[in-house]
Amino acid sequence: MEPILEVKNLSYVYSVGTPFEHKALDNVSFAVRRGEFIGIIGHTGSGKSTLMQQLNGLLKPTAGQILLDGQDIWSDKKLTRQARFRVGLVFQYPEYQLFEETVYKDIAFGPKNMGLSPEEIDRRVREAAGFVGLTEAQLQVSPFDLSGGQKRRVAIAGVIAMEPEVLILDEPTAGLDPVGRAGILGNIEDYRRAKNATIMMVSHSMEDVARLTDRLLVMNGSRLAMDDTPANVFAHARELLDMGLSIPQVTQVFLHLQAMGLDVNSVYTIDQAVQALKKIGGGLHA
Amino acid sequence: MSDIISVEHLAYSYPGVEDTPGVAVFQDMNLRIEQGSFVAILGTNGCGKSTLAKHFNSILLPTGGKVYVCGIDTANLDRIMTVRRNVGMVFQNPDNQIVANVVEEDVAFGPENLGVASPEIRNRVDRALKQVDMYEYRKHAPHLLSGGQKQRIAIAGVIAMEPKCIVLDEPTAMLDPRGRREVIETVSRLNREKGITVVLITHHMDEAAKAQRVVVMNRGVVAADGTPQEVFSQVELLHSIGLAAPDTVELCWALNREGFDLPLTELDPEACARAIYETFTKEGRI
Amino acid sequence: MLKDITLGQYFPGNSPIHRLDPRTKLIVLVVYVVALFLAESIVSYLLMLAFLLTVIHISTIPYKSIVRGLKPLVMIVAFTGIMNIFFYNSGKVLVKFWVITVTWGGVAKAIQMMSRILLLISGTFLLTYTTSPIALTDGLESLMKPLKKVRVPVHELAMMMSIALRFIPTLIEETGKIMSAQKARGADFESGSLMDKAKALIPILVPLFISAFRRADELATAMECRCYQGGEGRTKMKLLHYRRSDFTAFGVGAALMAAICILGQFGL
Repeated sequence: MEPILEVKNLSYVYSVGTPFEHKALDNVSFAVRRGEFIGIIGHTGSGKSTLMQQLNGLLKPTAGQILLDGQDIWSDKKLTRQARFRVGLVFQYPEYQLFEETVYKDIAFGPKNMGLSPEEIDRRVREAAGFVGLTEAQLQVSPFDLSGGQKRRVAIAGVIAMEPEVLILDEPTAGLDPVGRAGILGNIEDYRRAKNATIMMVSHSMEDVARLTDRLLVMNGSRLAMDDTPANVFAHARELLDMGLSIPQVTQVFLHLQAMGLDVNSVYTIDQAVQALKKIGGGLHA
Repeated sequence: MSDIISVEHLAYSYPGVEDTPGVAVFQDMNLRIEQGSFVAILGTNGCGKSTLAKHFNSILLPTGGKVYVCGIDTANLDRIMTVRRNVGMVFQNPDNQIVANVVEEDVAFGPENLGVASPEIRNRVDRALKQVDMYEYRKHAPHLLSGGQKQRIAIAGVIAMEPKCIVLDEPTAMLDPRGRREVIETVSRLNREKGITVVLITHHMDEAAKAQRVVVMNRGVVAADGTPQEVFSQVELLHSIGLAAPDTVELCWALNREGFDLPLTELDPEACARAIYETFTKEGRI
Repeated sequence: MLKDITLGQYFPGNSPIHRLDPRTKLIVLVVYVVALFLAESIVSYLLMLAFLLTVIHISTIPYKSIVRGLKPLVMIVAFTGIMNIFFYNSGKVLVKFWVITVTWGGVAKAIQMMSRILLLISGTFLLTYTTSPIALTDGLESLMKPLKKVRVPVHELAMMMSIALRFIPTLIEETGKIMSAQKARGADFESGSLMDKAKALIPILVPLFISAFRRADELATAMECRCYQGGEGRTKMKLLHYRRSDFTAFGVGAALMAAICILGQFGL
């Protein structure tokens, strides 16, 4: 399958020619396919945020290319603007960007900027609200009267309403409790399935990315340090710790089990761990 | 051991605006915090954790019941400064609690307010910065530091007032794994080495597991209270109020549902692995 | 553009200029500004320039940073120059068309005014570059202390100023983030009529104000938690006291003033 988004030898330098010059991305290359769920991990300042803003044309590469459906998004002004809508970007703490009088109007901001018809805008607003579990009644209230978690949902709906083919989220669950976290992650997964969209999620929670994603991009010191399945990435426990990251607790438990001589494969979610242990011990017990 | 904080039959409602009624957060909340202990407070978003914390140093005053700090009634406005000097606060967003443009000037802010003599402020600032391992950054501008470093500055700013207790309200919510480790290690060390009472409000179960005592709050009352082992082994209770146990316990609990018989008290990955290994070998599964 | 704002930025360092008492620097700056307005001739301007360059050299602030700080002010300086060229007439006429007369005197005046502004701003930058905002407010607070007697809230003003300075970089960063977030939703800040552009600012200004209020609220609570209750009974970690170098600086300032006055006496 043709990749939907392709990053080729991307480099980016901030504040060129000033004393604050700083290389944020250094020769990064990868490609993503439709429908993939990709996790991006890396410590603060590793280049994750800069990378995200390259993918929808908010920042222009210093060198290298971003190809959307095979076309360089910077080759034509129209394509650059299209990239904004086809690649949706949800920033960290997106609830702080809400500004409209009602939830409905705020979600409609993106679709309106796309120049869609009123009917289409209406359909999209309602559908997006549905994805994040906002009720009809909530659409008419001021977003500032909602709770923190609900505001976050409104902000995410505002990007989903543009129906991006690639949805990028920067720590969408930061500061939420376990139920709030699970809710938002479920919403994102629903959107991916419904639209066969590609999801790229930046997260500091190794448990979350381990459970949800099929592939992890690990950023370290402005470079793409790893691009592999969660299983293969978390097998490099030592290196991840050196990069200021961690590995899921169940993976740690299994690394200890292996060291004790138990013959188990590496796992990174509780479900996998249970399955793996049932295989060795379950037979006797049943 | 005496109690540094004691909450007795606390009732509190947020005042209503115009014709909307006030919201009752607490009706009869009771809690005692022993001097020198390290207590984690867990609860979902909106369960009243932050509201409770603000009662610990007279930022909010009870509408019913009493809160005592070092035996002083927090509603006694004449002794408010004694209360605040003894209970320091660190909040979630480090940017919104740093007052000065230079690290050491910020740390000096508290002692300056207390009217401490200049040479003594200098000593306290240097000592506080060394205790949080930020001494070499004393001349830096705080906005250029990492999140974890900023929070350690905030902690230094509090300990420079030489309090008996530090209350941290979700101090790691905005940090990456490295920043989280830095902050938790710092407060654990202050508790261990300086005997400072630590009250840590958090969403992260693995952080709570580092405390000596865990208090779970739900709908304005204490739902569970005990050692981390005692509290986290009540997995069903935690799930019912929208929380989770650390993944090591969740793993054992999931295995027990499959017919195994594992303890729900292992919070460390290595100890958890050993428990699994021993259960397996004892039952002759391997 | 936002990133070019360097006013109020402090370059930490340990040069003799950095180490001067902030009050000394403020007083010498005032002397320097007065001297600048008294200076008339090329010789006195060269003297002022020499003084400025010497101080910059001692301060170890890179010349580049000063020049970069001046960049956003190019328009104002150019405007001053043009106004003087066109509207100040004396001496030999150089060009004359329509209602505009450009004279030799006008050009000279323009150069003088532009030099004055550039020297003035560079001098002020040097103060903010070498003095931490806290030290600066401490210095101002201390110099304005006599005004407390006439009920000027000196401490409160100084505190407000230092907090404003502390939050400038934070709010600039925040503005950038909000702009990016709205751009990601297709907001367009560049094209359209003036009205469209003004309207396009709403999605930035509303979140920015809300966030500024939230920050102010949280900061106020955090300050209360750290026992802040106004200037009453407050002490300082760093007490201001004049040292030998400060008296040297006063001496140099006085000498500069005297030199400019003497040069003025000789019509230079």
